[in-house]
Amino acid sequence: MSDVASDVIAIIAKKKRVEKPTVEITDNLADLGLESLDAVEMIFDIEEKFDIQIPYNANTNNPRTEFETVGDVVKAVEALVAQKKL
Amino acid sequence: MTAVNRVVVTGLGAVTPLGQTTPVYWDNLKAGVSGLGPITLPPSSEELTQKVAAEVKNFDPLKHFAERQLSTLDRVSQFAVVAAREAIAQSGLVFDMPLSVRTAAIVGTGVGGQTTHDDSFRRVYVEKRTRVFPLTIPKLMVNAPASQVSMACGLRGPAFAVASACASATHAIGLAFHMVRAGQVDCAVTGGAEACITFGTVRGWEAMRVMSPDVCRPFSKDRMGLILGEGAAMVVLEPLERAQARGANILGEIVGFGMSADAADLTAPDQGGMVRAMQSALADARMVPADIQYINAHGTGTAANDETETKALHEAFGPHAEKLAVSSTKSMVGHALGAAGALELVATILAVRESIVPPTIGYLAPDPACDLDYVPNTARSLAIEAALSNSFAFGGLNAVLAVKKFA
Repeated sequence: MSDVASDVIAIIAKKKRVEKPTVEITDNLADLGLESLDAVEMIFDIEEKFDIQIPYNANTNNPRTEFETVGDVVKAVEALVAQKKL
Repeated sequence: MTAVNRVVVTGLGAVTPLGQTTPVYWDNLKAGVSGLGPITLPPSSEELTQKVAAEVKNFDPLKHFAERQLSTLDRVSQFAVVAAREAIAQSGLVFDMPLSVRTAAIVGTGVGGQTTHDDSFRRVYVEKRTRVFPLTIPKLMVNAPASQVSMACGLRGPAFAVASACASATHAIGLAFHMVRAGQVDCAVTGGAEACITFGTVRGWEAMRVMSPDVCRPFSKDRMGLILGEGAAMVVLEPLERAQARGANILGEIVGFGMSADAADLTAPDQGGMVRAMQSALADARMVPADIQYINAHGTGTAANDETETKALHEAFGPHAEKLAVSSTKSMVGHALGAAGALELVATILAVRESIVPPTIGYLAPDPACDLDYVPNTARSLAIEAALSNSFAFGGLNAVLAVKKFA
């Protein structure tokens, strides 16, 4: 697993609201019981961790429909991190 | 206490992004003018992601205050005092004895002297200065607007601040209304003030991810969120008997006030809480849903508020909801947070008085989740006997005022 993946998983694991020992890359976000403020807080944590900007408006973006799994979030973050390095 | 007075409005004051007096504000509301524009307040906001807000543009404190007074007055208190003076001047009241000690000054504000907060923190944290201005604390305290209104206008009765975020002004006015109705005071100068467009506060709102980048389109398809506003509005309330005895010009009647708390999510709107606040305002006014023609909605322009408020209106009003004119004046003045309810009550009182509904501007097309009549883009003539003004705050605190045409 990449460093980005383990960091993103750690951030999501902090916010999950279901009894579940671990968060896996294949987990569906919908199954983690995340609420709307959790998304805003996770995005902040991810931005701070990787020093990236994530364009996100709670009125028009819905992470629960735009991203299906934890792996989808990891891919998106990896892309933003790679872009930053260019 | 046995007195139960009818409570009338005899003065209105407003400092808003659409005008710094009530007549200018109201004319612009009726004309559907937008008060939104680029953020210009210092320190320059080049770094901010958010570029747009509804500022009280070109507000000149020296037009209203002596220079030496300004070291005691944050922008939020300046707005409050200017609005209170306008409302009192219109009422024709003079607060000498004994009226002075029988008059309340209750002012809602969300955060208080935010400009003073920001400036002082910048001095100590960024500029590494070792001291801040001597009156920093009494300028930034959340009761500063209430205290300054009391001092500037000579109001010596109950005076305090009410803080309930975006419902602050509505809670303040509702409380003052109940006090006048019960005969606890003979008069009240009440409303709300906010001056929150500072670098630090805008950064805070950016982090919540609920602001629109450009336009506020409440209830519309493709709405993208709220726009921050600022300003103050005040009303003078007194018992009908007293107003008539002195031959005052009566502008409208406040007939009901309802409150509720969601006790649920910190920020997500709650249909049940909204419904209970509206029903409680109607019950307090001894009215039924069919008595209402106009709703000045909370209508922030966020996806969640507008959909939830629409559902709440359906639940509270049943089939009558379809007949309501519902508009959000936040489309024109942005969301002035702790002042919003006061700006909106002034609009509601004048809408009822003049039988004109101010529009919801920026409206593009219907959103299937928002299926009521939002008076899109153009004001409308409508005979209004009674109206509600809704305020629903972060923290799940809801407040609703009911206004009736005075006859």
